[in-house]
This record gives sequence, C-alpha cells and structure tokens, in this order.
Amino acid sequence: MSKHTIVAWMEDKPGVLARVANLFRRRNFNIESLAVGHTETPGVSRMTFVVEGDDRMVDQAVKQLLKLMNVIRVEDVTYKPTVLRELALIRVQTTPQTRSEVIQLAEIYRAQIVDVALDSLVVQIVGPEERVDSFIDLLEHFGIVEMVRTGRVAMTRANGRNGKKRQGSLGV
Amino acid sequence: MTRKREGADVVWEALLAEGVDVVFGHPGGAVLPIYDAMTKYPVRHVLARHEQGAAHMADGYARATGRVGVAMATSGPGALNLVTGLATAMMDSIPLVAITGQVPTSLLGTDAFQETDVVGVTLPITKHNFLVTDVHELPWVLRAAFKIARSGRPGPVLVDICKDVQTDITDRPLPDPAEIHIPGLERQPSVDVEAVHAAADLINRASRPLIIAGHGVLMAHAERELQALAEKGSIPVTTTLLGIGSIPETHPLSLGMSGMHGEAASNFALQECDVLIAIGMRFDDRVTGKLEEFAPKAKIVHFELDPSEVGKNIEPTVAVVGDAKEALQHLLPLIKERHHPEWLRRLQEWKAESQARDAVNLETEDLIPPQVMRELWYVTGGQALVASDVGQHQMWEAQYYMHQRPNQLFTSGGLGTMGYGLPAAIGAQVGRPEEKVWAVVGDGGFQMTLQELGTVAQENVPVKIAIIRNGYLGMVRQWQQLFYERRYAATPILSPDLVKLAEAYGIPARRVTKRSELHQALKEAHDADTPYLLDLEVVEEFNVYPMVAPGERVDNMLRRPLVPGEDGLTPAW
Repeated sequence: MSKHTIVAWMEDKPGVLARVANLFRRRNFNIESLAVGHTETPGVSRMTFVVEGDDRMVDQAVKQLLKLMNVIRVEDVTYKPTVLRELALIRVQTTPQTRSEVIQLAEIYRAQIVDVALDSLVVQIVGPEERVDSFIDLLEHFGIVEMVRTGRVAMTRANGRNGKKRQGSLGV
Repeated sequence: MTRKREGADVVWEALLAEGVDVVFGHPGGAVLPIYDAMTKYPVRHVLARHEQGAAHMADGYARATGRVGVAMATSGPGALNLVTGLATAMMDSIPLVAITGQVPTSLLGTDAFQETDVVGVTLPITKHNFLVTDVHELPWVLRAAFKIARSGRPGPVLVDICKDVQTDITDRPLPDPAEIHIPGLERQPSVDVEAVHAAADLINRASRPLIIAGHGVLMAHAERELQALAEKGSIPVTTTLLGIGSIPETHPLSLGMSGMHGEAASNFALQECDVLIAIGMRFDDRVTGKLEEFAPKAKIVHFELDPSEVGKNIEPTVAVVGDAKEALQHLLPLIKERHHPEWLRRLQEWKAESQARDAVNLETEDLIPPQVMRELWYVTGGQALVASDVGQHQMWEAQYYMHQRPNQLFTSGGLGTMGYGLPAAIGAQVGRPEEKVWAVVGDGGFQMTLQELGTVAQENVPVKIAIIRNGYLGMVRQWQQLFYERRYAATPILSPDLVKLAEAYGIPARRVTKRSELHQALKEAHDADTPYLLDLEVVEEFNVYPMVAPGERVDNMLRRPLVPGEDGLTPAW
C-alpha cells in the first residue's frame, strides 16, 4: 500500500465529479485529496487525486476511470518526475510577543501573511506537501485556529514526458 | 433546418432512426407526453405489468436479437422499478436504452410528487446515463444513448427526460451517429498483433490446452472462429454460463459448462491444463472457485475486449485486448494443426465416468429435474430458445439442455436475478416470433414476476413456461442442507394452483407429476401455437451436482452420486 497520484482530464459537465467519486467509493478506495479545476482547454477539467492503494488496485482504478464516458485521459504520475504542489491557508493565534516569530517562520518557508488581526495571522503557504506539513507542525506550537488545504495538484516535468521512469522524484 | 416538433416526437423519431420497432414499458404521469405522441409512430408497445418486467423483456429482446432493447417508464416509482433490470443488464453487458419521464425542470430537486433522483440512483448500474433538461439537447442525447449502449462492451443507458422537455419545441435535427463524439467511445482497442503471435506461440507449444469461452465470444459473433481454433489445434472447449452456445454442446470437443456447478470433466480440465485460452470471459468467482489455486499448472492467454478485466482477477501470461472475432481471425492462421490424443483420452474418461453416475440414468416414475431438462432437449430438438430464471433449475437447464447454437440461452448470469426468466422469455419471443421460446423457471422465481402472465395473455406471446416446482427456494435450500445442517429457514414455498392461475389468464396449462406423462406434456406445449404453462411437480429435495463449495478449489467437487442417497444427503425417493 502506498500513496498514488492520479491525474485525470474530463469533460466539464454536471455529474462528472459524482461519477468519479462513486467509482472510488464502490471499490472502497479512500480519496485522500482531490483537486478539481479548469485547464488550458475550454470544457475540459482536470482532477488530481491522491489515493492509498497497491499498484494493482490503482491500476484497476485507472482502468475503471477510463470506462467513464466523460473521462478523456488518465495518468498515474506516481513514478514520474512531477511537480507536486499544495496550497494551505492557516490562521494562527498570535500575541504581540509571538507575532514576529510567526512572520519570521513564514519568511523561512516562503509563506505569505495574507490577513492580520490583533490576535491572529492568516498565513498562506504553497509547496510540496512535505514542506506544508513541516510548516504546520511548527505553527501548531503557536496554536492553529483554522486551517484549509487544497489537496495536491500535479504536473509532470518536461524531462519526464518521454516515458522515462525515475523512481519517486519529488522535485521540490 | 428540421421542422419544429415537440421533445416527445424527437424521442420516437430517434427510436425509429435507431431501428426500434418495439418498446417495453409502463406509462405514468411524467411520461404521458411521450406516450401520447407514440400513437403517431409505427412502433409496437408491449405493456408490462411491472416496470421490472419491462426491463427484463427489453433485456431478453436484446439478447435474442442482438439489437438494443428499449424500456420505458414514468418518474419516481416507475423508474425505480427498472433498477433491478438495469443492474441485471449491466452485469451481463446487455445493450439497453431506458427512457424515463422526470418531473418538470421547475420542480427538480423539490421532492415533487413522484420525483426521484433517477440519474443518481442508476449511476453505478448503467454504462452511462443522462438527465435532459433542455429540449435542444434531446436529439443528441438519444443518439448518444444508443451509440453508448451498443459500442465496445455493451451495457444499459438511461435517459431521464423532464416532462416540460417532452412538450418543448426544438428544430434541432437528429445528428448522424458518426458525428457523436464522446471521450469514452474514442478508446476502442485494436488488436495487438504482437500479442497474438505470443498467444499463438504458447498455444502451439501446449500439450494440454483448454479453451474457456465466455459471453464475449457470442457478443463478438466469434463462434465460427472459436470452433475453427478448437478443431485446428485439437483443443477442448469449456464455457462459462453465459458462454453456453458458443460451441454446440454435442460437439466432440465440448466439455460443457465449468465452475461451481460445472461438469466434472471441465473442472478437472481447468486444473490440469497447461495452457488456458480464456476468450471473452472475466474469471468470475463462480467460474474460478478458490482464485489462488485456479488453473495452477496453466499459462493463461486472455482474449478480452474490456482492458479493465485484464488482470482484475487473474494475471494472464499473454493478454490480447480487443474484439474476440478480430483477434481469433488474426490467431487462426498462426495455429498449427495439432493432436493431443493422450489429453483428449483423459477428458473422455472423465466424461464417461460422469455420465455413468448421472441422474439422467435413474429409473423412477418421479419427476427429477435433470430428466425433465434432458427430455425438453429431446422434445425441442435442441433448437428452442430458452430463458431461465435463477436457482437450481437454471443450473439443471445449463447442464442438461444441450445447446446447439449461439444466443439460445438467456439467463441472468452476473447478477443472479430471480424473476428474470418469464419476462426475458416474453422479450425474446417478441423479438424472434419465428422461434419456439421456452421460459424455464422455478416456483420461487416465477412467483416474483408471475404478473407478466398478463402481458403474455394480452399480447398473445406464445411462450412456453415450464415451472420446475419443488416447493422450495431450491438453491437456498440446497445450501442450507449442505452448510447449515439442514435448517430450512424460510425456504419452503407455497404456490397457487398454477394450472388454475394460467387458466385465469386464458393460458392453456397442464400439471405433470409422473415421468410417463412428461414427454407427451412437453410435446403438447411445444407444438401449441399459443402460450402454454406446464406445472412440473418434481422431487422436492433434489440437489444440483457437481457442486464446488464457495471458496473451494474448482476441482474439489461434490460429485453426482452414483446411486440415490449415496451422498448421504439426497434422500432416496
């Protein structure tokens, strides 16, 4: 069992998300994260899933996805050189004493302060999940009031498009 | 520019353009405009007594004719009653289009009278489905529905049409099917010639080859290629339940069905073969038994249309993805003429040993189901179309009716839907009026959809109905006997006087209780121009053998007893 990143392109039509979600649910797959949005082509949306499963289960899920009428293309990018990013918004408790410390940490992590209040800051971080995770771990020390994560989005790297398989490059 | 017409007219226009001449359905409030428009078009409507019946009829029609079956129902309860039929068709890859009425667009999502989210409900049991809220989309959607239903691996498609859409006006023409582009339809696999060469190589080097033929052979119309392959390579053929008919069951290389209630020779062959050629089948658990110990000595060649079936249950040595007919056509010239006298002799011995212990040899005045099925085979010259229900009688039919040609048996293989038999037989008979069609059903399954006798009578569909009545939900009873220490919880089942019931519908009927009456009764029914019902009162506690207990190796069978009572279970009668 390992985490797989699957990218799927599909027609931007009502009910498509339900079809996809249903397919995973039926096979008892837990979708760890799912990000959906528009692409460079009008009428085509792109989903990035992170699911837990062995290679065979994931291979079956990909094949099942390809049976959906609205699905245009599916790619398991897990073993391809890929840019993986996630965005998180984190509201952190602050006091006048801790505020500058949080701002310093944000700088180190190339995160941005996007909202300021007397007793809290909202920090936005974009990066690979590992970096987001480690930033959150640190912020927990100050007290996280609220948090939202977009889930992983993925794009294969140009040098990985010729079918060359490089094991698990996380390319930060 | 096409003339302006209502959505309801578009429905019938599309059906006619698709070559539909019969629709199985049941009207209701939300589908009234479509029914109202129907009177203007040359289409036969068969009124089912329950929408489940309509779906199974469309399914039986599709299996018997190879065309797309059409079922129609109203919103809410009407559409929901189609659900079992859609799931049945989905599991067995049957091309259906279901057209349902839906509440007007203005009421969608308001829990209006007879409103159900039918697209949501049928999502996992259709190949695809549509909700139509705009009449201008309707011509495209209907064309797309038929194209999806029959393309690739076929399946059911549901089109849910809001009531206002049915009366809205559009001038959009029906598109040419070639202009329908859907991502899921652009992925038709073409046969990889390299893989075919690898397959041929394995087959040519085999010393104990075996073919297992599934429904895919019939759906691809590849029976001739299959038989040519078997004969050229001297390769015995076993089938799945739905693969029955892909080779005549009297062919010297035919081993009959394999699996849970498969012939012993077939199941032994599966475990002994060194190359297994699986064509158009999906290694269902009812075929493989214990998966880890299935065909342990074999390299497996898998011919399969649906890429998701390759490696799903069994990892093949060689996979050939694509149409079975096309693949076999590529394969045949590469196959060397071979003889496997030693292998075929072993199979003959297994067959002979099975025949010697077979219940058809029993001399008794009681009706025992294997003899009933074999007698039906004699009386019908092996040529009848048979729709069976689900349970013991289904297995006896599969075992003892020696099917001679493709698409002769219609049965719910994947879903195991009780109540399927009678309506499916009606649909088959409507689609193939020149054929003799038999419904072979149990007393349990028959009582699930016996209201369709009304359809038989009203439409004067001359189906012959053989009810194998043992007073039990027999297959469940058999499991209780074998695995639950004979505690027959809820399996004894009472039937009404079936002869009187048939007579109430004006259907000729006869009860048979003795072997000596059987031949004459079957013949009388078969020769009748009318529908006919036979109430066959068979021995109560008779079991289906061979049987592989669930999860067991497929060659670990409870065999047919040599003498009655020898299994210690079947009582002497």
